[in-house]
Amino acid sequence: MKTLAELAKIRDEAKGKIDLRGKKGTRIVVGMATCGIAAGARPVLLSLVEEVKKRNLNDVEVVQTGCIGVCRLEPIVEIYEENGEKVTYVEMTPEKARKVIADHIVNGKVVSEYTIGANA
Amino acid sequence: MELYRSHVLICGGTGCTSSGSDLVEERFYEEIKKNGLEKEVKVIRTGCFGLCEVGPVVVVYPEGSFYAHVKPEDAKTITEEHLLKGRIVRDLLYYESLEEASDQVKSINEVDFYQKQMRVALRNCGVIDPENIEEYIAMDGYAALGKVLTEMSPADVINNIKQSGLRGRGGGGFPTGVKWSFAAGAKNDQKYMICNADEGDPGAFMDRSVLEGDPHAIIEAMAIAGYAIGASQGFVYIRAEYPIAVQRLEIAIAQAKENGLLGKDIFGTGFDFDLEIRLGAGAFVCGEETALLQSIEGYRGMPRPKPPFPANKGLWQKPTIINNVETLANIPQIILKGAEWFSSIGTEKSKGTKVFALGGKINNTGLIEIPMGTTLREVIYEIGGGIPNGKKFKAVQTGGPSGGCITYEHLDQPIDYDNLIALGSMMGSGGMIVMDEDNCMVDIARFFLDFTVDESCGKCTPCREGTKRMLEMLEKITSGRGEEGDIEKLEKLAYTIKDSALCGLGQTAPNPVISTIRYFRDEYEAHINDKKCPAGVCKNLLTYYITDDCIGCTKCARNCPVDCISGEVKKLHVIDTEKCIKCGACMEACPVNAIVKK
Repeated sequence: MKTLAELAKIRDEAKGKIDLRGKKGTRIVVGMATCGIAAGARPVLLSLVEEVKKRNLNDVEVVQTGCIGVCRLEPIVEIYEENGEKVTYVEMTPEKARKVIADHIVNGKVVSEYTIGANA
Repeated sequence: MELYRSHVLICGGTGCTSSGSDLVEERFYEEIKKNGLEKEVKVIRTGCFGLCEVGPVVVVYPEGSFYAHVKPEDAKTITEEHLLKGRIVRDLLYYESLEEASDQVKSINEVDFYQKQMRVALRNCGVIDPENIEEYIAMDGYAALGKVLTEMSPADVINNIKQSGLRGRGGGGFPTGVKWSFAAGAKNDQKYMICNADEGDPGAFMDRSVLEGDPHAIIEAMAIAGYAIGASQGFVYIRAEYPIAVQRLEIAIAQAKENGLLGKDIFGTGFDFDLEIRLGAGAFVCGEETALLQSIEGYRGMPRPKPPFPANKGLWQKPTIINNVETLANIPQIILKGAEWFSSIGTEKSKGTKVFALGGKINNTGLIEIPMGTTLREVIYEIGGGIPNGKKFKAVQTGGPSGGCITYEHLDQPIDYDNLIALGSMMGSGGMIVMDEDNCMVDIARFFLDFTVDESCGKCTPCREGTKRMLEMLEKITSGRGEEGDIEKLEKLAYTIKDSALCGLGQTAPNPVISTIRYFRDEYEAHINDKKCPAGVCKNLLTYYITDDCIGCTKCARNCPVDCISGEVKKLHVIDTEKCIKCGACMEACPVNAIVKK
């Protein structure tokens, strides 16, 4: 390493990878109880993680949760904004998940046709 | 490095490793693989989390779930429940992280043990992977070195450290910036920078934990110090008894060299700095700086008189600065956050934070870092969780074999260098041993003297002969042969040694005796005049007997190794005190606590 710029570059790259420990921001929660997993929550979760990584979304964390109660609508993905607002997406697929990241997380536009309100 | 959605941090400090955290790690790898989570979940071995009492410790992020006493078989449960399904395994959590009223799960940073702490020297311990330089860099690692080399002159650096008010954390408390300026002022073609990692106080493990958890911080700080004083070569003097710390440091040095952060022309500024490890054989006296220098040079570790001070004539007669591990761990933070930030923490003459190793009769045995000026009460009752089994607090011993005791009356005194000295103890390197009503203070003094007699290098007479005679007197008192006038003799000898010994080890060796006589003279008197040990520790002064509570179960008689208990079934038993060897086996066996010692 010969310059400070090189150091800064390594830092910025590495930072995103350990931000998980102690960051605050948007939380994407995937229902991963038996019902969720049976309905295909794992590929949804994986595509969310992949998308977050691809787009370098350092202030977004993807976590799982248990059964939310509406098992018939699984896989369910909930997005908690920093301000406490919550949007619930239902009957998710990997493709839908990618769209949610692009539209909702990146551009701030809720994909209303996937929400629980439109499908219940 | 891949991006993972969950990180499993497993403590790889010496404490948790000895309680089996490497097996836990192995099982986590197996279970994660079995469940096909390798690409989503990362396992990281970190340094010490501090709460060694509940080890092995595992923390799962992003939730920050704090699992305590994790056994290898628990890896399966945590993987299947938490990592796969996102259900935190409540039964395995650290007891305090489950809020009973609301059933909320607290993250590791919200439990009392960490809430009162302020982690500067330990900031990366338990947070990053110590064997991965990228994680250190991500936490702004080596940015301080970059700043120093490109924006600051050596004089700027020294001024900065002076202004911060940082004092040596190894025990002496000498202002670090002032020390550096002595070596910077010395003219010579070669100077040396040394890190003193010869941590020898019984029960102290601050330095070990910093080296195990954040080795790069020490490397960075040494390079900064080297630049400030004009040294191009550094040595870390560490005892061979710390294999994990040595190994991590070796890995870290290799990584730093690979990345051009050690070696020639660092950051293209023309500054060269190289670092080597020197292993010590574990002699306590080698923590004394002149003895340490002798040891590095290949001689027997014995102190020499000062002056000349090492800053003028140190290693191979060249100007040398020796700093303790914890002192160095603060340096990069001071450079990055500024001297003002650092001096805003702590008390008037003691700035910053101090790491303590909490041990003895305390619930949360472990490693803590607190701002200077925190009271002992906060440390013992709020962070430490109080005394186990509802026993009464008696005293806390700080400064190891060189320190003294602080009693109940002084619990509300703020902890800083000068206050502890005023109370007849000292900061020392940071060992803090808590004692309750069952500890005999004469016996404690005897224990520490036994240690110093063992560790005395024998070079000067006051220490070699004096401590030995003191130990003999203490043994005489604890064995019930004490005579009137012994306390005065002890005191006189103690002050003579203090005034005449060659090095710090000898000069401070009588402290445990002086301080226990000062605060617990009545216990000494009870041993000498009444031939009694009030705490019930000194065997020769005890008598075991059976009270009327005896139900005649015969358990005691069956457990006695010398058959000195007699009595019929369902009738009161009696101990033959002439034959009794005071082993305590009967007391442990008694189901109704009918056996007492006095």
